[in-house]
Amino acid sequence: MENDKIITVQNLVKKFGSFTANDNLTFDVYRGEIFGFLGANGAGKTTALRILCGLSSPTSGEVKVAGFDIYRETEKIKKNIGYMSQKFSLYEDLTVSENIQFYAGIYGISPKKRKEKEALLLQKLEMTGARHKLIAGLPLGWKQKLAFSVAVFHDPKIVFLDEPTGGVDPVTRRKFWDLIYEVASNGITVFVTTHYMDEAEYCDRVSIMDAGKIEALDSPANLKKTYNAKNMDEVFIQIAR
Amino acid sequence: MKTILYILQKEFRQIFRNRTMLPMIFGVPLVQMLILVFAATFDMKKIDMVVVDKDLSTTSRQLVAKFDGIPFYHVSQAVMDEKQAEALLLNGESDIALVIPANFERNLIRNNNGQLQLLIDAVDGNSAQLIYAYSGQIISSFNKNLIAHWKGIPEFAPPTQVKISETYWYNNELDYKWYMAPGILAILVTIIGMFMSGMNLVREKEIGTIEQLNVTPVKKYQFIIGKLVPFWVIALFDLAFGLLIAWLVFDLPIVGSLWLLFGFAGVYLIGVLGLGLFISTVTDTQQQVMFVSFFFMMIFILMGGIFTPVESMPHWAQIADRINPIFYFMKILRMIILKGSGFSDLLSEFLALCVLGVVFLSLAIWRYRKTI
Repeated sequence: MENDKIITVQNLVKKFGSFTANDNLTFDVYRGEIFGFLGANGAGKTTALRILCGLSSPTSGEVKVAGFDIYRETEKIKKNIGYMSQKFSLYEDLTVSENIQFYAGIYGISPKKRKEKEALLLQKLEMTGARHKLIAGLPLGWKQKLAFSVAVFHDPKIVFLDEPTGGVDPVTRRKFWDLIYEVASNGITVFVTTHYMDEAEYCDRVSIMDAGKIEALDSPANLKKTYNAKNMDEVFIQIAR
Repeated sequence: MKTILYILQKEFRQIFRNRTMLPMIFGVPLVQMLILVFAATFDMKKIDMVVVDKDLSTTSRQLVAKFDGIPFYHVSQAVMDEKQAEALLLNGESDIALVIPANFERNLIRNNNGQLQLLIDAVDGNSAQLIYAYSGQIISSFNKNLIAHWKGIPEFAPPTQVKISETYWYNNELDYKWYMAPGILAILVTIIGMFMSGMNLVREKEIGTIEQLNVTPVKKYQFIIGKLVPFWVIALFDLAFGLLIAWLVFDLPIVGSLWLLFGFAGVYLIGVLGLGLFISTVTDTQQQVMFVSFFFMMIFILMGGIFTPVESMPHWAQIADRINPIFYFMKILRMIILKGSGFSDLLSEFLALCVLGVVFLSLAIWRYRKTI
């Protein structure tokens, strides 16, 4: 089983001055699963996620991502992960194709391979016609799908998604999750933070954070059983109350 | 290496797609060279003079006429007492008052001794000195001619004495524009380099794309070089453009080697851009970058010797100037353009620029954090 753990976190603590954003977190994420990281605003989800991506260093605790140590091997971790932030982060003043070219380039993907993958990707997203359009002119739903696709373009072992579906309608969200499933079926581990409880149902396992601590961690079905709840909404309300 | 090329490709695409960029690249040099070079002059072009002639004699009128006959003296007012003259000095209408006391001519003839008074507005000490020196010369020449006239010789021919023949080297027509143009070029290149690079990096912070870059395996030095090179190229282009304007519009002679000039500019810009990028790594918004860069620019420019000679600054200021990149670049530009100095003449400046370049660039790379 040990080999199947792609992320291991032990006693992770992150303090900002006297405020403890992450209080002694311990959890594992298994290869290929969709791991939901839930919590109210300010519960410390994004802080933990940023630590796992190497954007922020922990105060104490042991963390390994893709087999690499978070303190010493940050750059190796970065080769193996993809990241999509809350803030939409493709370049608005570049076209769809130029954004792909740039990110593919800095991950060292050859131009030939990039062109093949780009054609397939755009076909799948039904965006072939928008290839040479600036990102600034695209609808939000398209941008998010594209940002996600760019985050996994280099086939990382894990992709971190920080509230990827903020501000879009349920139909677009559903379509976005189709993309997530597809990526997961290709063996990429998905680590996703959200506060939409319907999305929590789509995850293999979820952890629920409150005030910097992990209060529950299990599959949605088991959580509902444990808390004797009809849906994840009720589970969440009981925990975060 | 390939990574840097991809970053450069992206930067250049963004720069040329940015609508404010091209007007800046061409507009800033045009405005600076065409307006500032003409405006920033210490040439004495016009001296307003008020005359208090209490004597009203032939001699006193001749003296006033002599001043009035000199093109840049403008005898604008004649008043009857010093009080009125002082008032004109006070409200700035006159730069100098010439007071000719009553009985000036009589004293001159009888006692062989006449007295005059000059009152000079010395708010600007430099101009006051110049006005005093000019006026002194005019009066002294008037005096000599007076003596000659009395002695009955057509013009005063002094007995043989030391004769000075003068040639002004390197700028023999004393054209102030030739002196200022290299200075303005230095400012131009610095503004373009420092502001553009700093604003660009911090913009990625503002829109959040920097976070996406920070989770990629891009190395710190690759990122900083990717941000530096485009503005290095643009600043060098603007130097060429500014030089072209100077050459076309006011015949700026470029005595020295252009290769040497651009070589030095290239080294200088690494330091300036490094500083701009360093500032952007310690700030979060474009406003902050502007403010901090502006602060440094002001100090660098005013201490750089563009308007006032560094040699006249206090000793401590001259020492402080050793970390001022503009101080070196200014000197280098003037020496290469006007004097045709070669590399060996500028060796110590070259070494200083290298040190500053390495220091500022290292600071930028060191301070740029992929992890917060």
